[in-house]
Amino acid sequence: MNAETIARWQFGVTTVYHFLFVPITLALSWLVAILQTLWVRTGNQNYLRLTKFYGKLFLINFAMGLVTGIVQEFQFGMNWSEYSRFVGDIFGAPLALEALLAFFMESTFLGLWIFGWDRLNKKIHLLTIWMVAIGTNLSAVFILAANAFMQNPVGYEYNPVTHRAELTDFVAVLTNKVFLATYPHQMAAAWLVAASFMAAVSGWHLWRLNKSRPARADINDVDATQRVADHDHDVIPHRFAAKFGAVVLILAGMGVMLTGDFQAKAMYEKQPMKMAAAEGAFESTTDFSILTIGNREANEEIFAIHLPGLLSFLSYGNFTTPVPGIRPLEAEYQQTLTPKMREMYGDEVADHFAEAGYHPNIIVTYWTFRIMITLGMVAMAIGAWMLWTLRGERLPRGKLWPWLMVALPLAPLFGNSFGWIFTEMGRQPWLVFGLMPTQTGVSPGVTAGTVLASLIGFTVVYGVLAVIEVKLMLHYIKLGLPKHVEEPKVIEDDDAPLTFAY
Amino acid sequence: MTLAEIWFLAIAILWVGFFILEGFDFGVGMLLPILGNTEKDRRVMINTIGPVWDGNEVWLLTAGGAMFAAFPEWYATIFSGLYVPLLLVLLGLIVRGVSFEYRHKRDMDSWRSLFDRFIIFGSFVVPLVLGVGFANFVRGLPITRNENNWIMEGTFANFIGLFNPFALLGGVTFIALFVFHGAIFISLKTRGEIHERSRALAAKVGIAAVVLVAAFTLWTALAYGKGALSLVIALVSIAGVAFAWFMNSKDREGWAFIGTVVSILTMVSGIFVGMVPNVVKALDPAQSLSIADAASTSYTLTIMTVATAIFLPLVLGYQAWTFWVFRKRISAEQIPAAVEGAH
Repeated sequence: MNAETIARWQFGVTTVYHFLFVPITLALSWLVAILQTLWVRTGNQNYLRLTKFYGKLFLINFAMGLVTGIVQEFQFGMNWSEYSRFVGDIFGAPLALEALLAFFMESTFLGLWIFGWDRLNKKIHLLTIWMVAIGTNLSAVFILAANAFMQNPVGYEYNPVTHRAELTDFVAVLTNKVFLATYPHQMAAAWLVAASFMAAVSGWHLWRLNKSRPARADINDVDATQRVADHDHDVIPHRFAAKFGAVVLILAGMGVMLTGDFQAKAMYEKQPMKMAAAEGAFESTTDFSILTIGNREANEEIFAIHLPGLLSFLSYGNFTTPVPGIRPLEAEYQQTLTPKMREMYGDEVADHFAEAGYHPNIIVTYWTFRIMITLGMVAMAIGAWMLWTLRGERLPRGKLWPWLMVALPLAPLFGNSFGWIFTEMGRQPWLVFGLMPTQTGVSPGVTAGTVLASLIGFTVVYGVLAVIEVKLMLHYIKLGLPKHVEEPKVIEDDDAPLTFAY
Repeated sequence: MTLAEIWFLAIAILWVGFFILEGFDFGVGMLLPILGNTEKDRRVMINTIGPVWDGNEVWLLTAGGAMFAAFPEWYATIFSGLYVPLLLVLLGLIVRGVSFEYRHKRDMDSWRSLFDRFIIFGSFVVPLVLGVGFANFVRGLPITRNENNWIMEGTFANFIGLFNPFALLGGVTFIALFVFHGAIFISLKTRGEIHERSRALAAKVGIAAVVLVAAFTLWTALAYGKGALSLVIALVSIAGVAFAWFMNSKDREGWAFIGTVVSILTMVSGIFVGMVPNVVKALDPAQSLSIADAASTSYTLTIMTVATAIFLPLVLGYQAWTFWVFRKRISAEQIPAAVEGAH
């Protein structure tokens, strides 16, 4: 394996791993902020208990998102230094602004939120979690704008003297059509994950509580009455969170579908090859593929089920305009892009493309696209089932329920991963579409052995942390809601014990 | 001053800010096995930095991001050329970061001691590597120029070359100064028995810090400096750390803290002054990468300047506010019993 392949694996492994934590953080921050707001507005302790419970799960998850995010920033320079040189003038600015505007905000206010319960008054303390949520989501703006440039470069000019892409229009970068389509899609997908998580955790607790429900007792039996009261004490907030989560997840799911349609249209316009590969469509067609099986080289259809006209409808809003297939696009790119690559990167790169072509791995693209969609649908279906089961005062029962609660957050979580694998693998063989081939972006001074050693290092550390994280999450999920929470008060006395300390 | 020079200054300020701020929380982490006799002590120490370490670390991320945006060539050359050291920095930051959040999440000794080790490892290895790195920045790196590309080959010889006596002194100096800085911070933020012990420790570590800072800054100024200016900077740095030691002995830890802040500020500034007019000094001066050569276009720099002018005061404002909110000293008596899920 050469350095490029290992560097790509490293980017894939570290990014997919990082992105297991990001979508939860992005939207769970809002959900926790909403719960805390409900508590501040109503004074109802159940909302405070939920805030504390989901706040803790949020923090466990946030810590992992944070530390794995540092790797992402450094990695561009370490493994992809030629890429960093080439696009730094454009790509670096959003990353720097991400740190300045977003990272400072989320980390500083998170410190205030964690330790500020007895240092800040209620309303100011509430403000800090909202600031965390804003900061976290602002960071997504910049990183997605930077990524959109890689999918659809805009607002730049190629400077042959410095051999780099130089920024000419920052507004164009921030209003990139692909960014405007990706941001809402990713946000909706993040809400889908976090809401599924909340619905599933509380849904599982409802099932557990229902299983161990004490019999309604004689009013004079004090112990039994207490047991019933304890039971109800937990059922009420979990029912709220489960239903709230399920409603949000269904709304978010609808958002994912709508924005996905919008994004697909942007893709058909800006990256038709990615979408042709996603469809497994070798020739131009109007049909949507439900299932296509190709031969091993993935250049011939063996078996396929098509829905006529649907693809054109999804791409252009009519049933008749054919969507370009892989072969005609390939022919077009050989004519337009090969000479450009020869001019920019020399004969070796151009000859490589003349031979290997301009399409991504079709099998990966085709299947990740479908798995993404399927997993999102699965989450919505479970969410709808939850709402039906929990209607009125009903509680879940049955053997299937806990398994559904396990599947519920995992489905959209992995759906997100597959979505990104699709987006990034579909961008291949480009780092920046039509402008910088992936092979030209790797660090020239770094050997394959070094990259491999670091890939192994990250994989081992990430693996260990994954085990710790999952165990911790499960531990705190099982521990459940805090039984009683004290109303936080601002402490003035210097000798008073700290209420919130590590 | 050109925009590129302003951004060189801005990046220097970000690094200085990072070393001043995270310097003390690295110091606290390194002192964990030395001052943290009991579990309560360790928790007091971690709680002194709990609310702020994460915000401190963002200075590093911002410095990295700013290098990427303002000087892509600098970022690309350094980050790929120093691949292995940076890998150590990353692993250190990763395990240290999760440990602060996870350490108290289970009430088990084995669990806590695992994360204590992570904290100590991360707090030690990151400043050590950065100290060695920054010394090499002012001494010069084995980079070569070809047309518009500057490359440090990832060869074994180039890597071993990083461990020269001057750079090793730099690494040790960073460690000693941060440990001293951290000890003063602990005595500044605590009361009672731990306060006394950290003060006593600072008195001992302080002597080592003074000697090392003197050796390193003078070596920097005389061998790689810009004449009288560098010498003055070095002397201020030495005076700062000596002042800190003196004030610590007088039990004036506020002033002592200001002393280490000044010392770190000038020590790191001295390195950047030595680098001018280059962002990457080559061992062979003809191969150096200059500020002008490494810079982004003025359009990009203008946008970043405007954004920074608007948002940096805001950042400084709320970070300062955090330090104000958590200004109170804490003591072991105030630390509540470890209750899982209490927090």
